[in-house]
Amino acid sequence: MSENADRSAPPTPPTGPFLLRCRPGEAILRLDDHLTRGGFEPVRKALAMDPDAVTDEVKRASLRGRGGAGFPAGVKWGFLPKDNPKPRYLVVNADEGEPGTFKDRYFLERDPFPLLEGVIIASYAIRANVSYIYIRGEFVKQIRVVEDAIRQLYDRGFLGRNVLGTGYSLDVYVHPGAGAYVCGEESALLESIEGKPGRPRNRPPFPAQVGLFGCPTIINNVETMACVPLVLRHGADAFLKMGVPGDGGPKIYCVSGHVKRPGLYEAPMGTNLKRIIFEFAGGTLDDRPILGVIPGGSSTPVLTADELDVAMDFNSMRAKGSMLGSAATVVFTEGTCPVAVLLRISRFYAHESCGQCTPCREGTGWLERVVESIEHGNGRPGDCDLLLSAAGQIQGNTICALGDAAAMPVQSFVTKFRADFERHIAEGRCPHAHG
Amino acid sequence: MALRFSPDNEARFQALLARYPDRRAALIPTLVLANREFGYLSREAMEYVASRLELPESYVLNTATFYTLLRKHPVGRFHIQVCMNVSCYLRGADHLADHLKRVLGIGFGEVTPDGLFSLEGVQCLASCGTAPVIQVNDDYHEDMTVEKVDCLLESLRRQASQADGARPGTGGVP
Repeated sequence: MSENADRSAPPTPPTGPFLLRCRPGEAILRLDDHLTRGGFEPVRKALAMDPDAVTDEVKRASLRGRGGAGFPAGVKWGFLPKDNPKPRYLVVNADEGEPGTFKDRYFLERDPFPLLEGVIIASYAIRANVSYIYIRGEFVKQIRVVEDAIRQLYDRGFLGRNVLGTGYSLDVYVHPGAGAYVCGEESALLESIEGKPGRPRNRPPFPAQVGLFGCPTIINNVETMACVPLVLRHGADAFLKMGVPGDGGPKIYCVSGHVKRPGLYEAPMGTNLKRIIFEFAGGTLDDRPILGVIPGGSSTPVLTADELDVAMDFNSMRAKGSMLGSAATVVFTEGTCPVAVLLRISRFYAHESCGQCTPCREGTGWLERVVESIEHGNGRPGDCDLLLSAAGQIQGNTICALGDAAAMPVQSFVTKFRADFERHIAEGRCPHAHG
Repeated sequence: MALRFSPDNEARFQALLARYPDRRAALIPTLVLANREFGYLSREAMEYVASRLELPESYVLNTATFYTLLRKHPVGRFHIQVCMNVSCYLRGADHLADHLKRVLGIGFGEVTPDGLFSLEGVQCLASCGTAPVIQVNDDYHEDMTVEKVDCLLESLRRQASQADGARPGTGGVP
């Protein structure tokens, strides 16, 4: 977009919802229904631009990756080598699996076209002619929805050879996963597409240099893709203003656990966590006091009731000692056993470790077994320090982030609810009603 | 009788081959097809996939054993997966699981003697806002309660007894 166009932009900010546009029970699965709502205007706009100008626009929008890592999408696209003659690929990570997260499913199930618009725009910007959307295998119906939407786009000339008469060609395929959380890690996901076990790769080289089939590859999350058409439609400045400086756009917050209205809520990036829990999700069940909140998916460090006055954006959450992650907020109230909650989480990471790195393969099993023994009344004095030590030996010592993801909840739960852990050990039983 | 894809799945398999520059990339989607068609991935099914993709059997086995949805054992006609992860746990997943085990008389990883039901505790199904959730074959059942589970089991039993040629152990493929 030219500078002139920016200056003449209307002063009133656009109003949402931008991402969660379907009303309860509604789905937009026919292309015509999407087109009558202004669909594909952003794609037409992008295809009339130079591909690098599209990347620049996404860079200026400060669109940070919605999968959890928060890496700026436009900057990632800019990492592709300029002089590599090999084909390039765009891969969409729709392997949604971080416990607490259920936002990508919305697009895959009820509103696939904004995602596919993002795929076309991003593929054009990075000069890819093939894109794969990797959808977790449990999402059988969602895979059918996305495949049907893709079929409609081929039929109407939005995909295939010579997209909309521009001379640009793009093929998009759905690739099913088959049940492995670690495949949500981008290099494991590439291994999985190549027909191998999903074991993360050492980096460098990064996928932008050596990715799918040894070719330069960009991997982006579903929600990130759905944000891309918003950047083109409203312009980078307007998109940036929807969020906070350095972290643009609207955000989908997933709220679950002990709240009155669990569900998805769209609000600006940087919305206060208390507002999300008490205003959007209606507060806690029976208005019980909060014991803890996992703010951004099960791997992110837990917050206690006095730590909830925080803006949910990537930098603010880091400053608070936790992470925005996938913005999957899991609330649990007083009366819940924090050891039992941690046990679910530790069991998960032990189950999902790919087994490649010794600290993770062995360490996640130790974490699970020690937490389990504490919960079942077999804890020993010193177990809290043992957990902290074992978690510390995993963190930073593995190829991918799954090791850190297993370590962080253990460290934060043991530190913040230590008295409760010690009580389990001292009494030789779980002191809470459920146990 | 030697295993073979049905004409529909054969067409799907051929379409898969055209999608990738390397035929190994078609392996997981082909295993997913075989899993659906043959009910689970027996040694014979994996050999069939290996021969169709011209890959060593060991390569196919190495990949297949990594993924939980690629089943190495037969499951019931209705395979019930109960999410046991944190959000579902907080909304009563354990009660659902205990109830299912009791009324079906089986534990996780087991199949009822009539081959109708199998039960499995699984990790997050990405349905945390409508927890607790169970998945029966392809379908999610959300905001579940013990009462809703009972109704569901009854309707599945009815469905099975009405269906002609209902075969146990096919992983829900009629």
